Formats: sequence, structure tokens, C-alpha cells
Amino acid sequence: MADLRINLAGIKSPNPFWLASAPPTNTGYQVQRAFESGWGGAVWKTLGDPIINTSSRFAAVHFNGHRVAGFNNIELITDRPLDVNLKEIYETKKLFPDRALVASLMVEPKREKWHEIVKKVEAVGVDGLELNFGCPHGMAERGMGSASGQQPDLVERQTYWVKEAARTPVIVKLTPNITDITATAIAAARGCADAISLINTINSLAGVDLDSWNTIPHVAGKGSHGGYCGPAVKPIALNMVAECARNAKVSIPISGIGGISDWKDAVEFLLMGATGVQVCTAVMHHGFRIVEEMIDGLTNYLDSKGIERVSDLVGRAVPRYTDWGNLDLNYAVTARINTETCINCNKCYIACEDTAHQCIERAQDEESGASYLKVREEDCVGCNLCAIVCPVEGAIDMVEQPAAGVPMSWNERQAAIAKLSMKGA
Amino acid sequence: MFISEDALKRNFAEVKAGLRPKQAFEEAHRCLYCYDAPCIKACPTGINIPSFIKRISNKNMLGAARTILEANPMGASCARVCPTEELCEGACVLNDSSKPILIGDLQRFATDWAIRNNQQLFASGERNGRTVAVVGGGPAGLSAARELARFGFTVTVFEAKSQAGGLNTYGIVSFRLPQEIALWEVEQVRRLGVDIRTNVVVGRDVTADELLGTYDTVVLAVGMSKVPTLGIAGEELDGVYDAIELVESTKVSLSGELSGRRVVVIGAGNTAIDAATCSVRMGAEHVEICYRRSKQEMTAYEFEYEFAKSDGVAFRWLTAPVRIIGDEQGRVKAIECVRMKLEPADSGRRARPVTIPGSEFTIEADAVIKAIGQTRHVPLVEQFQLAHTRGIVTIDNETYQTSNPKVYAAGDVIFGEGQGDAMVVSAVQQGKLAAFAIYKQLVLDDPDGGSQT
Repeated sequence: MADLRINLAGIKSPNPFWLASAPPTNTGYQVQRAFESGWGGAVWKTLGDPIINTSSRFAAVHFNGHRVAGFNNIELITDRPLDVNLKEIYETKKLFPDRALVASLMVEPKREKWHEIVKKVEAVGVDGLELNFGCPHGMAERGMGSASGQQPDLVERQTYWVKEAARTPVIVKLTPNITDITATAIAAARGCADAISLINTINSLAGVDLDSWNTIPHVAGKGSHGGYCGPAVKPIALNMVAECARNAKVSIPISGIGGISDWKDAVEFLLMGATGVQVCTAVMHHGFRIVEEMIDGLTNYLDSKGIERVSDLVGRAVPRYTDWGNLDLNYAVTARINTETCINCNKCYIACEDTAHQCIERAQDEESGASYLKVREEDCVGCNLCAIVCPVEGAIDMVEQPAAGVPMSWNERQAAIAKLSMKGA
Repeated sequence: MFISEDALKRNFAEVKAGLRPKQAFEEAHRCLYCYDAPCIKACPTGINIPSFIKRISNKNMLGAARTILEANPMGASCARVCPTEELCEGACVLNDSSKPILIGDLQRFATDWAIRNNQQLFASGERNGRTVAVVGGGPAGLSAARELARFGFTVTVFEAKSQAGGLNTYGIVSFRLPQEIALWEVEQVRRLGVDIRTNVVVGRDVTADELLGTYDTVVLAVGMSKVPTLGIAGEELDGVYDAIELVESTKVSLSGELSGRRVVVIGAGNTAIDAATCSVRMGAEHVEICYRRSKQEMTAYEFEYEFAKSDGVAFRWLTAPVRIIGDEQGRVKAIECVRMKLEPADSGRRARPVTIPGSEFTIEADAVIKAIGQTRHVPLVEQFQLAHTRGIVTIDNETYQTSNPKVYAAGDVIFGEGQGDAMVVSAVQQGKLAAFAIYKQLVLDDPDGGSQT
């Protein structure tokens, strides 16, 4: 059995699955239930000056009959007094000493405010701190959350203030509501953060009710933007994690967050540089027990690959992630339709014909008269669209073609052209 | 033996429940929305099935219902009576990799919505000044009438019975197709301004010549008639039924007259199955179907056969009736049958049953139901002086025009002798095509076409 233990910047946990700071980690009762279910760690719902929440807070985006493709919330940080939270953190850590218990923090951008809360929280025995520079709604209007997290200088300065007081590792949680997340990731590293976690939620409006024309969700007929998360945001999060992981100026451990719903998502984040992952929407959809499926799937995956430690996965796919200019322009794949497996729904045909390169033909077998689909390979650019819309596993393969020339990327090509024109000059 | 009115009502209530909304939306989402979908090609009326299913999944029920009924004016009935596994569902591409979409059930879900919400989905066209008489208010006639009304014709339907709808109203057992569904479809046609004159028998109350003299065109859609005689002794006995009439009686009012009876049904087509299952539901003690050929040659659909089996109907293959035996009061008390064997027939025909001499035996029975096909309205066809083969009206396969250019024909009246098929959905399509041909002849191809005259 593979070893699932991780060590994120000195914070140890028995497996890489942590609960993200969110409604599921609001109370000691909940976090203890989560630990009983097997969660390796939890980031407590953000502590700070208690706020007042609205009634009606969540909304979800459902897709083609599947519930919760995306999830949206306008809930703020904890609405419970700090001393109550601290007492429950203390009790929880006592009951589950082997789990990672991290406190998420958000205070006004003032040095003494940060020092004060860091000391109080560390006094009850947390394993680490996570600075919430990401919450995109409610707190931002007060100069906190993403209002801090969108300004690299504020991220750096506040991280530094925390590090002045902190004795436990400090994780900076980044907002995705920014043009280039590596800017704030680098700022966190400069502020001496021990790790970063990303992504927080993305500014969103889940929907508009077609009958009442109210926003979804609405509070007494009005709505404001919320934070989007859940399966739909995974590709955005995965890219941001990978961009940070391959940036040499970041070079601190990453806790991956964003739409992780099962062990497969977790493996992808680990391969793209996350040391561990944090989950929220999946437990809000299914309850804490979902971690059993995550642990089991991950264990079986590692065992089947002969990988002894989950930590051996971390960052293994990062070298494969690069700038577009480094991609080989002479590499080619073309689609091949397996007539035996094809069910003749013609979805690939119409997708290619209307929206790609018009290279799938509807042909007829001369003997049987049965119609079948055929790729005109010389016109296929290998875009993958046909394989994407195909509803049947194995009906369309993207087949690598013999290289048309030596591998050459755009960057290499430009360099070669520059060299030639220099010679010509 | 007594069967209560409640039990009868229960027995004749629609067997199959409609999809619940969650089921319907899940099923609709499963549809692949194929391009140039084979289900469309497999539907005789060419319903754009992926489109109506997508509209269900988009919660555009009005659009879904309209898509169905646009192509098939009897779409609500067909959702219930079509042999979908042989048509749309049989063609579904998911047969190969999963299980086919429940197209019939989804069609019912959408059309039930339209019925429940009392939607008027279509409007009549601008009057073109032409008149058409439609003889017969069954699926073919109503379909033609609706399309003609939409093309702007002034349409009069002549229906012999007290209600229109034909087979759908009177001939399909209630537990498959409740009468109100068929009558809703009739009402949809009527609301387009079509004058439906019921209780009018063409050929008796109004002659063919009168129609031909009064209307620009006539559509003959009279369907078929009674079950033919068996040609054996005892057919006149009390307790011998015509299957068509028996089913019809259950559509008008339910009676327990077969309760506790032993019933023998002669024939193994879909009507025989209907007669048998009706008998069971009317309280018959024992029901068996006698067929002179074997199961392979049976014309009933497989699902109908399975349905009869699950209703407890027994099947006696290779058995032909010889005579019906009555008691002193002239009531059926038994039926004498003879065993048959099959001999190969000419190519393309069903195996030929031949009597096994000396194999006669008697089945005790209180009722015998004849279900060996239907006779034709030959006198009426002859009154119109149309070319026909044993009552099957000869038509141009493209236009449905008969030997009289002023008369078109559609539905069961043209079915047989290798022409057409017996499905409701085919009759509907024929009615549509005949209507279009009339529109083409009288309006599109006429230099004065479409002008008010």
C-alpha cells in the first residue's frame, strides 16, 4: 500500500486531502466529523472580526441534468466569536493530533491586527496559518480578502507582518481574480510565505431567474457577485497551480484548490506541482464520506503504477507545461474513426463540417449499403474536436503521424529566421 | 361470476404510467442529439426526434409538443401505440452501446403536457377557396384534414360513428390508448375550422356522386370494416363475437358480460391479442388464442404477444376451428378444432397450414371471438367507381391519387396486397402526403390556384 503522507512546508498530514476553509469547516463538530471520515487535514473557516451573513447564500450551476457543475456563494468569513472558534480548534487538535489543522485568517491590513490574531491562534495549537487574501465578496469592500490579494505589494507586506509573529508555517491563499496569478504568488514568496494555496473562488453570478428576473441567489430581491468554485473551475485552477509551479520565482510548496471532486482530479493537481489538495464543493455536495472514495482511488492508482509515496507524484508533469512558443510545430496527429466501434450518431461529422475543417466524409459501403464515417486525413489538422464530441469510448483515435520534419517550435523557428536574416545582412 | 364496475374501470385504465418529470428529463439528457438521426428516418411521419427531445431537456415543452404534432397530427396516440422498437427506438444509435432512448415515452411526456395545458398548437391557413370532403375521420382522414386546413382548404370530414378518431377512438384497447387522447387529437383538428360531421354514413346518407359534385376533391380514408365470417357452422350462435366490435364496445361502455366465461379467440394478429386481453379484463375465466399457423407466422407484434402472455392468455398454435357447437338455447358451449401442419409455401409467402386428418378435438367454451382480419368497404369503393383489388383502392404511390383524379385515398383503405402497412403512424403520413398532393394539384400547380373563387 502506497504511503499517502504529505509534508507541506512542515505541515504534516496522513493523506493529501484537506478540507478547504469554507462552510464545512465552520465548527469543531464539523471538523471532527470530517476527521472521523478520514480527512487528512482541514483549514478552519476564516477567523477574523465576526461578520453578519445574509440569508440565501449559495447557488449552483447544473449542467444537462447533472447537479452542481459549478457552485457559487456569497457567504463571508466566520460569523462566530473568535474565542468560541479558538476553543473548538483546541479541542479538535487534541482529539486528532495526527491531522493537519490550519487556521485561515483575515484581518484589516494593519500590522498589529495580524500580530494579535496570529498569537491568539497559535496559542491553541494550530499546525499552520492560511492567509485569506482571496475572498472576492463582502470582505473586499472592507479592504480585506481579494482587495488585499489583488495587489502584490499588499500581499507581500501583510505576509511579512504575519511571518514576523508566526512560529508555524504560513500559507498564502491567492485569489484568481487577477490577470497574472504568478505576480501575487511571487509577492507571497517575497513576503517569506512558506507555501501558497490556490485558487480561491472566482467572481461570479450563478444565474438569473427566468420568471422573477431575480439574481440567483438573491437576498430580498437583490444580488451581488459571489465566488465560483466546483468542477467547472478545475481547469482554471489547474492552470494557475501549474503556472506557479513552473515559475522559478515562486518556488514554494503549493496547496492545490479548485474543483477537485475525486482522486483523479487530485492526482492531476499533484502532478502539476501541488503537494496536497483542498476540497470543498465535493463535500458540500456529498458529505465528508466522499474522502473514502478519494483515498481508495488514490491508493489503488499509486499501487497500480508501482509508486510508493504520493509525494513522488508532486510536480512530475510540470516540465511538460510550457509556453506555446515551445511547442513543436512539426508534430501531427490525425483522427481515425474505428468503424467497428462507431455508432453512427454523426456528431463528429457535423462538428467538423460546421465548426472545424470539413474533413469527415459520410461514405457508403458498396456491398452492404451501410453508411460509415471516414476522415480525410490529408485535411485533418488534428484539432481533437471529433474525438471530443464522440459519445463512445474508442470510436475515434487521434493517431500520431510521422513527423513532417525535425521538431521545431515557434521560438526555434523565429530564432532560426533571425539567424538567417543576420547572415543575409 | 360478477365483476364490479370499479374492477372493470381499473382493468381498462391505461396500463403504462407516463414518465415522471425527473425520469423524462434524465432520459432526454441521455439523447445524443445525433445529426441526420436514424430515428427520424425510421419514423414514418419523420418527426424531428432529436429536436423535440432537446426541447424537453431545455424545458421548452411547447416547442417539443409542436415539433411532434407538426410532423404527426396523431402524435399523442402514436406515442402510445407505435411499435417503437421496430421504428424510432429500434433505429436509435444507442442500441449498440447502451440502451435506446425511450422515444415513445418522451413523446408521450411532451404530448401529455400539451393535452394537460390545453394548447392549441396550429392555426388554419388563409382560405384558398377550395373545398375538400374527407370520408372517414380516422387517423388518415384527420391527418389529411388537418394538413388541408393548414393549407387553407375548407374541409368537411364525414364520419359514420358518433365520434371521430376511427381506430384510435374505437379500435385500440383503452388500457393502451384511453379514448380522451384520441378525442383531444380530433378536437385539435376541429379547432382549425374543420367541419366534422359525425353519424353520417357516406354511401347511404350522402352518396359518392353528391360529394364529387359538391367538393373540389375527396379524400377516401374509410379504413376497413368488420371481421369476415369464418365460414364454419355455428357462427350465428349467441356468444360469437367480432373482435373489432368487442373492442369497440369496451371503448363505449364497459360490461362484465364475459366475466367467468371461457373464451376462445380465433386468429393471432394484433386485433386477436386485443380481443384476448380485453376478455381477460372483462373478467373471463380462461382465454386462449387458436391460430392455424405457428408462433413464427403470427402477425402480432412481439410486445403484444408478451403482453397477452403476462395477462394469462394461452396460445394454441397449429389449431383451426371446424365448427362452433351450441346448446339448446342457441348459446356457444364448445368449439371443435383440428390440428394443422405447415407446408412450405411459394417464396415470399407465409407457410401454408394444412389439416391433419382425424386430429379433431373439442374445446369447451362460452364465447368465441373472431379475429381473422377485416373486410373491406367494397360497395363504397365501387360507388366512387375507383379501381381496386378486393376493396384495396389502387393509388399512385407518390400522390395517393386514385383512378379518379378528384379522389385521393389514404390509410387502411389502401393497405394490403403488399401495399402500405397497418400502422396508425403510416396512415397519418399517408393522410399528410395526400393533403400535400391535393395542395400541389389544386393550388401550387393551378394558375389560378389559391385565389378566392
